[in-house]
Amino acid sequence: MLQAPYISSAPSVSTIMLKVLLALVPGIIAYVWVYGGGVLITIALATATALFAEAMMLRLRGRPVKPFITDYSAVITAWLLALAIPPLSPWWLIVVGTLFAIVVAKQLYGGLGYNPFNPAMVGYAVLLISFPALMTQWPAALAIAQTKLGFADQLHYIFGGLLPGDVKLDAVTSATPLDYLKTQLKLNHEVASISQAPLFGTIGGKGNEYVTAAYLLGGLYLWQQKIISWHLPIAFLGTLALMAGVFWLVNPAHFASPLFHLFCGASMLAAFFIITDPVSGPTTPNGKLYFAAGVAIITYLIRVYGGYPDGVAFAVIFMNICVPLIDAHTQPRVFGHEK
Amino acid sequence: MNTLVNFAQKGLKNVFKFHGGVHPPENKTQSTQLPIARASMPEKLVLPLRQHVGNLPKLKVSVGDKVLKGQLLAEAEGMVSAAIHAPTSGTISAIEDAMIPHPSGLPDKCITLVPDGRDEWIAHAPTDWRDADRKEVIAQLRNSGIVGFGGATFPSHVKLRTDGKSNVHTLIINAAECEPYITCDDMLMRERASEIVQGIQIAQHLLGADQAVIGIEDNKPEAAKAMQAAVIGTNIQVKVVPTLYPSGDARRLIYLLTGQEIPHDKRTTEVGLQVFNVATVLALYRYLDHGEPAISRIVSVTGNVGRPQNFEVLFGTPLHLLIQAAGGEKANTTHYIMGGPMMGFKLPSGDVPITKATNCIIASAPDLFEPPPVPMPCIRCARCADACPVNLQPQELYWFAKSDNFEKARDYQLFDCIECGACAYVCPSNIPLVQYYRYAKSEIITADRAKEAADLARQRNEFRLHRIEREKQERAAKHAERAQGAKAAETPAQGAKQDAASSPAVSEADAAKKAAIAAAIERAKAAKAAAAQAGEAPKNTEPASNAVKQEIAEIDARRKAAGLEGKQDAPSGDAKKATPEADAEKQAIIAAAIERAKAAKAAAEAAKKEKGE
Repeated sequence: MLQAPYISSAPSVSTIMLKVLLALVPGIIAYVWVYGGGVLITIALATATALFAEAMMLRLRGRPVKPFITDYSAVITAWLLALAIPPLSPWWLIVVGTLFAIVVAKQLYGGLGYNPFNPAMVGYAVLLISFPALMTQWPAALAIAQTKLGFADQLHYIFGGLLPGDVKLDAVTSATPLDYLKTQLKLNHEVASISQAPLFGTIGGKGNEYVTAAYLLGGLYLWQQKIISWHLPIAFLGTLALMAGVFWLVNPAHFASPLFHLFCGASMLAAFFIITDPVSGPTTPNGKLYFAAGVAIITYLIRVYGGYPDGVAFAVIFMNICVPLIDAHTQPRVFGHEK
Repeated sequence: MNTLVNFAQKGLKNVFKFHGGVHPPENKTQSTQLPIARASMPEKLVLPLRQHVGNLPKLKVSVGDKVLKGQLLAEAEGMVSAAIHAPTSGTISAIEDAMIPHPSGLPDKCITLVPDGRDEWIAHAPTDWRDADRKEVIAQLRNSGIVGFGGATFPSHVKLRTDGKSNVHTLIINAAECEPYITCDDMLMRERASEIVQGIQIAQHLLGADQAVIGIEDNKPEAAKAMQAAVIGTNIQVKVVPTLYPSGDARRLIYLLTGQEIPHDKRTTEVGLQVFNVATVLALYRYLDHGEPAISRIVSVTGNVGRPQNFEVLFGTPLHLLIQAAGGEKANTTHYIMGGPMMGFKLPSGDVPITKATNCIIASAPDLFEPPPVPMPCIRCARCADACPVNLQPQELYWFAKSDNFEKARDYQLFDCIECGACAYVCPSNIPLVQYYRYAKSEIITADRAKEAADLARQRNEFRLHRIEREKQERAAKHAERAQGAKAAETPAQGAKQDAASSPAVSEADAAKKAAIAAAIERAKAAKAAAAQAGEAPKNTEPASNAVKQEIAEIDARRKAAGLEGKQDAPSGDAKKATPEADAEKQAIIAAAIERAKAAKAAAEAAKKEKGE
C-alpha cells in the first residue's frame, strides 16, 4: 500500500467465502445421508451455472473476471439455492433459479458488494412463484419413503424426468412437516396427534432435523471463526422461538412447539447462512438484531398463516428492503458524543 | 470478548476498555535488545524550520554566523510556534529550501549547520521553577523548542499555559507507545525513569495538577517496572493498560485510565486533564533543571536493518547516517517509513534529516510489509466498525466518501475519525479506508472555506448595495435641505421681524441644522469620492476639498484593511497596496461569487426540473 497502514490482519474475501462453503459441508453430508445423493447433482449444476453466469456478466460489464470468480461469492449463492430447493427437481429448475440470482439479483445491481437483496433468496422466490408445483414437491426422507431412489435413479430423474419402472412420483415425495401440519390443522386435528405421523422426527421433520442440526454445527464454526457475529443467529432463533413459544403456550393444540420451529424448514440455514449475508444485511449491531427479529417474525407468520410452505425467502427479501432504514436508525453512539 | 478475559486474567483492574482497537504483531523486541546509543556527529545538520505544529519560527541567525550548542536559531513566532536551537556548535552554512521528512516530498526552508567539532555549549541557565512565577516559567518555555515528542509536535508551552477557565487536576503521561515497532519511549523509561519523574513533577507544578497517571501498555514490563520504582515517594501513579492499538491516542488513553470520555467538542483541559508524552516531560526537565533546550530526541531505527536499536539523535542528523549506525540497511530494502506501520508514512528519500517528529524509522522491504492485493468491493462485513476505537461506522463513511456524499459523511461524524488505520488493518477487501476519509475531510474543509469566502463576498456585496442606497437617500436629503435653505435665505428680514423674542433660539437651531447639513454633505462627498476611487464613479462629483481628500484617504485605508483581513497570508502592514489592484481583486471575488451563485441556482433549477420530470 502506498499509505499506512502498511500491515493487514484481515482474511481475504475469498478466504471468508471459502470458510462459509466449508461450514456448509456438514449440512450437505447430512442431506445426502437423509435424501440421497441427488442434491450433489443440484449443487454441481448450480455451481457451474453460477460461475458461468458470473463470468459472462463480468465480461459484459467490462469488469475483471478472475478476481471476482475467485472470490467464491457466486458459489455460495449457488449452494444456498441448491440446498433450498427440493432436491428431486428437473435440472433446468436450479439452472433458471441460479441464473436469475446471479444475473439479475447480483450482477445487474453491480456485482459483489452492491446487491441490495440476497441473491439466493431472490432466485428462490422467483422459482417458487413461477413453478409452485415443482417447488413444493419435496422427496420424502429415504427412511420413510415408500420407494428408495438410488443415486443413479435420482440422476436419471433430474436430467430425464423419469422414475424407474412403475414407481410413481407420490411414492418418492411427501409433504413437508410444515405443510402437513398446516393442512391437518385446517382439518381440525391437534398438533399432538398430527405429529404422530411418520413424517415427524424427534424435534423436526424426520431426517431433516439432522440436516438442520448439521447446519447449526457449521454455523457455530462460522461464529468461532469470527466470520459471523452472534447477533443475527441469536436474534433470529430467539425471536422465532419466542414467537412460537407464545403461540404454543396460548394454544398448544393448534400451534407447534418452539423447538419444532427451530429445527424444521430452513430455520437453521437461514439463521447462520442466509440472513448472515453481509452485503444485503445491516451492519450495526443493533440493526442486526432488528433485522433478524424481523425475518423471524415474518417467517413465523408466513409459516402459520401464509400460503407458502416456508417463509424465509420472502421474509429475508422484505427485510432486505428495510436495511438502509435499519442502519440509519441504529447508528451506535460515537465516542465522545451524546446519543 | 477475549480481551476482556485477558483483563481478568492479568488482573488489570480499574482499566476501562474503549470500543474496538486491534492488536497487530508488536515487533518491538528487535529494537530493545541494545541500550540507547548516541548517534555520531554528522558533517552537517539540516534543521527544517517547520518541525512543529503552528507558525514558522522567526530566524535569528544568518548565513556565516558562528553558533554555540543550544543557541537559539529561530524563535517562536505568534501564539503556536516553537523555537529551533543549534544542536551543536558550528557555522551556519546555508538557509535554503531542502528536502524534509514529509509525505509530500516537497522541500521546505532549512538551516544548515556545519559542526566545528567542539560541541561547545552556551552558558546553561537553569530555572528555579519551584519558586519562580509560573507564568514566567511558561513564558520562558517558549524558547525551549520543546514540542510533543510523541509525534504530534504541538508546542508544549502552549499546553502548559493555563487560561484561567480550565483547572487541570490530573496530568496524564502517555507512555502507551501502541504502534508496532516503535520503542523509543520504552527505552527512555527503562533508562531514564527518574528524569522522567522529575519532568512529570515540573509539568504537574506548572499545570497545578495534583495527580499524575502514567499509562503504559502491558507489553513493556521493564519500562513499567522502572517507572514504578521511580515514582515511589511521589503522588504519581503508574497504570499498566492492555496492549491494544490505538491506546496511545490521547482520548483513548484518558478513557482507559480514567473511564472518562472527553466530549468530542471539548478539549481535555476543559475536563481537568492534560496529556504529555514521556519524552516531552523529560525534555521539560532537561530545559528547566539543566538549561538544555530541545536539540535531540530518541529515535528507534528498526525493520530491515542490520542492528535495530534506539539512538539519541541530534535534530538535523541525516537519516542515512542513522541507518549506518544501525548496521546498515539489508539488501532488499526499498524505502523508509517514518513512524509506525499503522500511521507512519513513506519517506521521499533517505536523504532527509531527523526532526522533532521522528520517533521511529523503519527500513521497509517487500517481505516485511507485503504489498497489498488489489482492493475488492466492500462487502459490508463491518469488521471495520468492530475495530474502530471511536465507534464510527467506517463502512458507511467509506460509502459516503466514495460517492462524494460529504454532508452525510459529516453527519456520521467523519471528523471524529483519528485516522488510526484500525479499519483498513482489518478490511478483507483491502480498501485504503483512511485515504478515503482524508480525501473527504479535505474536500469538506475546502468546501467550507469556499463557502466562507462566498458568504463574505455576498455580505460585502449586500453592504455595497446598502451603501449605494444610503448615498442616494443622503443625496436626496441634501437637495431637499438645499432647497429649504434657499427658501429661508429669501425671507431673512421677514423671519427676524416675525418673532424677535425667539430669534436666538431659532438662530441656534438653524446653526445646528446647518452644521448637520454640512456634515451630511461632507459625509456624502466622502462616500461618493470613495466610490469613485473604487471604480464606480458616480456622476456630478464635486471637486473635493483638502479635508475631504484626507477623509477619503482614511476611508480608503480602512476599506483596504478590511478587504485584506479575509486573506490569511497578507500581513497587515501590506494595507498600502495599490488601490485599483486591491479593488479589482475584490470585485473579481464578488464577480466570482455571483457567478458561482448563478451556477448553483441554475444547477438547482436543473435538478428540480429533472426531479419534476
